[in-house]
Amino acid sequence: MTRTTSISPSTSSLNVCLKRAAIVMSLTALAACSSTPTSDSSSASNGSNARTTNSMTYPIAKTYYFEQAKLDPVLLLNRLTWGANNASLNQMTSVGMDAYLRQQLQARGSSLPPAVQEQIAQMTISQKPFDQMMLELEAQRKAAAEVKGTDDTLRKAYQQELTRLAREAATRSLLRYTYSSNQLLEQMDWFWMNHFNVSTRKDNLRAMVGDFQETAIRPYALGNFKDLLRATLAHPAMLRYLDNEHNAANKINENYARELLELHTMGVGSGYTQTDVQELARVLTGIGIRLRQEKKRGADTNPVLGQHQLAMLDPKRHDYGDKIILGTTIKGSGAAEIEQVLELLMRQPATAKFVSKKLAMYFVSDKPSDALVAAMADRFLQTRGDIPSVLKTMFDSQEFMASLGQKFKDPMHYVVSSMRLAYEDKTIVNMGPTLNWLNTLGQTLNGHLTPDGYSLNQEAWASPAQMTSRFDIAKLMARGAPNLFKPESDDGKNESLNAQARELAKPALAQNSFVKDLSKRFAMSSQEALNQSGSAQEWNAFFLATPEMMRR
Amino acid sequence: MNRRELLKSLGLFGAGLGLSTMSAQLLAAPATQNRLLFVFLRGGYDASNLLVPTSSQFYYDARPTIALAKPSADANSALELNADWGLHPALRDTIYPMFKAGEAAFIPFAGTDDLSRSHFETQDSIEMGQDMSGTRNYQSGFLNRLAAQLNSGMAMSFTDQLPIIMRGDTKVANTALRTISKSNMDDKQSKIIAQMYNKTALEKQVNDGFEVRGEVVRDMQAEMQNNDGNRNAITTKGFELEAKRIAKMMRDKYALGFIDVGGWDTHVNQGAASGALAGKFEELGRGLAAYKNEMGAMWKNTTVVVISEFGRTFRENGKRGTDHGHGSVYWVLGGGIKGGRVVGEQVKLEASSLFQNRDYPVLNEYRAVLGGIFAGVYGLNSQQLNQVFAGVKARDLGLV
Repeated sequence: MTRTTSISPSTSSLNVCLKRAAIVMSLTALAACSSTPTSDSSSASNGSNARTTNSMTYPIAKTYYFEQAKLDPVLLLNRLTWGANNASLNQMTSVGMDAYLRQQLQARGSSLPPAVQEQIAQMTISQKPFDQMMLELEAQRKAAAEVKGTDDTLRKAYQQELTRLAREAATRSLLRYTYSSNQLLEQMDWFWMNHFNVSTRKDNLRAMVGDFQETAIRPYALGNFKDLLRATLAHPAMLRYLDNEHNAANKINENYARELLELHTMGVGSGYTQTDVQELARVLTGIGIRLRQEKKRGADTNPVLGQHQLAMLDPKRHDYGDKIILGTTIKGSGAAEIEQVLELLMRQPATAKFVSKKLAMYFVSDKPSDALVAAMADRFLQTRGDIPSVLKTMFDSQEFMASLGQKFKDPMHYVVSSMRLAYEDKTIVNMGPTLNWLNTLGQTLNGHLTPDGYSLNQEAWASPAQMTSRFDIAKLMARGAPNLFKPESDDGKNESLNAQARELAKPALAQNSFVKDLSKRFAMSSQEALNQSGSAQEWNAFFLATPEMMRR
Repeated sequence: MNRRELLKSLGLFGAGLGLSTMSAQLLAAPATQNRLLFVFLRGGYDASNLLVPTSSQFYYDARPTIALAKPSADANSALELNADWGLHPALRDTIYPMFKAGEAAFIPFAGTDDLSRSHFETQDSIEMGQDMSGTRNYQSGFLNRLAAQLNSGMAMSFTDQLPIIMRGDTKVANTALRTISKSNMDDKQSKIIAQMYNKTALEKQVNDGFEVRGEVVRDMQAEMQNNDGNRNAITTKGFELEAKRIAKMMRDKYALGFIDVGGWDTHVNQGAASGALAGKFEELGRGLAAYKNEMGAMWKNTTVVVISEFGRTFRENGKRGTDHGHGSVYWVLGGGIKGGRVVGEQVKLEASSLFQNRDYPVLNEYRAVLGGIFAGVYGLNSQQLNQVFAGVKARDLGLV
C-alpha cells in the first residue's frame, strides 16, 4: 500500500483555525478550533472538544470469528467496504480478516492517495473556514436581494455558488468512498449522513452540507452516538433543515423535536407521546442560526453551541420553564437542558433498538432478526452508545456471516463498487458522470428531500425502471466516461487531452485479473453471458450487469 | 394484485372479515375504464393571473404592471368565463374551448393549511396528504393510496423518479417520457442479460423493465413514422409531446397517471399577456389539449386535475413578479365532467379578504376537494376514501 498515505493534522488546518478565530474574535472559538476534529485528523476522540465529548471509548475485543468461519474474504470485503477491489483484498490478506475489521473499526479520518488528497485540499470547502464562508454568502445574498428592477445577475451568481459548493461536497464524498482505505468509516459516513438526512434541495443548505458532514458526522461516525447527536443538533444545517431556527418560546415549531424522536433516536411508535414532542420542542426553543456579525455593543451573551459561532441559543427566544420529557423533569436552564436531553435520549432502550436495527438493515439484511437487534441494543446501552462496540457485536454474529452476498445494492453501492473496480489505480478528476448516474438511479448524493433519508431495503430500489437504468449505466461505465478524467473547467477543444481522457477512462475490468477471478465465482448463467461477449467493452458491460454485481 | 393486497386495499384486512363477505361483483369487476391524470405544477404558479378576478378593482390596483385587462376585443385581455372571472389569453385555443364546451372547471381558493410557504415543505405535505399535526409517513403518498383502491391497480408515474405522491405500499411503476432513449443495450445484449436473471429473484423486474422500455420505444417509432397524420405540422416538442405520449400509454392501460411540470416560481419579470408566465401557460395548455386529442374516445372517461403547492402574493413585488403565497386555483378537465363553471367556496376579492393581508385564503381544502373528485371518477365509497385521506370528509363539488 505504498501509494496510500495516512494524513495527520497539517499546518494548513492550523492556519485555517487561526483565520477562523480572527474572524469571530473569540478566544473560545480558538480553543474549540484547536481541538476541532477534522476529517483527516488521526483521532477524532483524542482531538475532539472536551466540552462536547465526554464519552469513553471501548477496546475492540480480539476475536477470530471470521477466520474460524473461513469466510470468503471477497464476500466479506463486499459488505465491509464500498466494494471489494484488489487494493482492499491486499489490505485484508496482509493482516487477516479479523484484524482488518479491528483496524477498520478504529479508523479515524480518511486515508487517501496523495493525488486524491490534493484534489480535496484544493476545494473551497477545504480552504475557507465555514463561518466565514457563510457570512460572505449571506452578504452576497443580501446584495442580490437589494438589486432594484429585473436584473437577476447577482441572484444567479449566488445560486450558482451554492450549487458549486454542494458539488464540491458530493465530489469529496465520492473520492473518499472510492479511494480511501478506511472503508468502514466511509460506509458509516454515508450511513449517518442518511440517518441525519439534510437536503441540498432546501434553502442554502447546498453551502452547509459539506461542513455538516465534516464537523458533525465524520468525527463521530465511528465514535459515540451521543456525541454524534449533539454535533448534528448544534449544526446550522440541521437547524435550518428542520426549522428549529423558527422555534421560539410561545411560537413553537415542533418539526425538529418530532424528527429527533421519530427518526434520529427512538423511532416511531416507540412509546413517546405528542406531549413529549411538544416538551422537547420547548427545550429546543431559541436554538438557531446567526448569520451576521454581531455589533460590538457589549458582549454577546448568546451561548454558542458546538463548534460553530453560527449556531447559538438565543436566551430571548428560549422557554425557561421546566419541561417533562418521558417522565423526566428537565429544569429550565438554557444550554444545560440540551445536555440532559441528549443523555436521556441516548439511555432510552427504544433508541438503542432503533439505531441498532437500522445499522443491521444496512450491514446485514432487510429484515434482521429480533435476537440480533436485541444483542446490539444491549451493547449500545452497556457502552452508552459506543458505535464500534455495537458494530462489533453485529459483525461477530452468525447472522451477519451467513448473510454475505445477499444484500441488494442501493444505487450508491452499485455505482461506487463499480468505480472501485474500474479505476482503483487511476485518480478520477471529475465526478460529474458519477453524480449524474446516481441522479438517474434516484439516489442523488445529499439530495433526499425528506428527513427519513433513503431506504435501506431492496423493495425500494429493485424496480423494473431501476434495473433497465442500471443496465444503461453499466454500458456507459463499460465504455468509460471520458469526462471522469477531464477537469470540470475543460472546454473539450484540446484533441490530445480528449484522446488522453478517453484512454484513461477505459475501465480496468476485462483485463483485470482480480475482476476475472471474481467473475469465475459467478453463477453459470452469468459466466455464459460473459462468454458470449464479442469485445472487452461488451464483457465489461455484461460484468457490470450481472446479478452478482447487484448484490453485496 | 394478490389476495392480501386486495383485502388490504379494500380496508378489510385485519378487520376480521373474510373473502366470503366481499361482494362477488367487486372481485369480478373489470379493470376500470376511467382515467385520471394528475398534474402537479411545481414552483407555485401564479393562480391570480390564470383565473383572473376581473370584477375586482383591487386586483388591478395590486398589480399595476402584470394585471390582465378585463375581457374586451383586445387579444391581450382576459377571456371571459363569467361576471367575476376571466382566463389568461394564452389559453385561448386550448383550455378556453374546453371551458365553453363544459369540459373545464376551476376551483379558486384551493390549497392546504400548510403555512410554511416553502416549496419543499408544502409539496411534501400535499403529496403525503396526511394530517399535519401527527406523525407522518414519508413513504406514503395519496396517489399511491388511491392506486391501492383501484381494482386494476394500473398506476404510472411519468417521472424519472417515483415522487412522494406515488410512493407507498402499492407497486407503482415510473417512466419519464420527456425524452425517450432506446435502451443502451441492443436487443441481443438485452436478451443475454435477461437470461442471466432467469430464475433469479430479480427476473420479473428485469423482464418488466425491458418490456416497458420496448413499449415506449415502439410508441415513439410510430410517432416518428406517421407523424400522427400531421405531415406538415411543426414537430411537437416539450410538454406537448410528453403529454401525447402519456395519453398513448394511459388510453390503453393506465387508470391513474402522474406528471409534474416545473418552472413556475416567477419572482422576477413574470410578464402579463405575454412573457415568461404566459409562455408557460401556453405550453401547458397545448399539452393538455394534445392529451385530450390523443385520448380520443377515452376522453369522455378521462379527468385531468391540475394543482400546485401554493398560490403567489396577490400584489406584485418590486421586480414585476410575485412571491410565495397561499391559496391557489385548481383545474379540472375532462370529457365527462360538468364543467364550464368556477366552483367551490369563493370570496369577493378586496384587501380585507386576503389571507394575512397578502395571499388568497384557502377556502377549499385540497384533500376534501380531491377526495370528492376521486370518489366521482372511480366510484369510491367513504371507507375507501378514508384510506386515501384518513379522517377527511370529502366535498362533492358536483364536477364528476
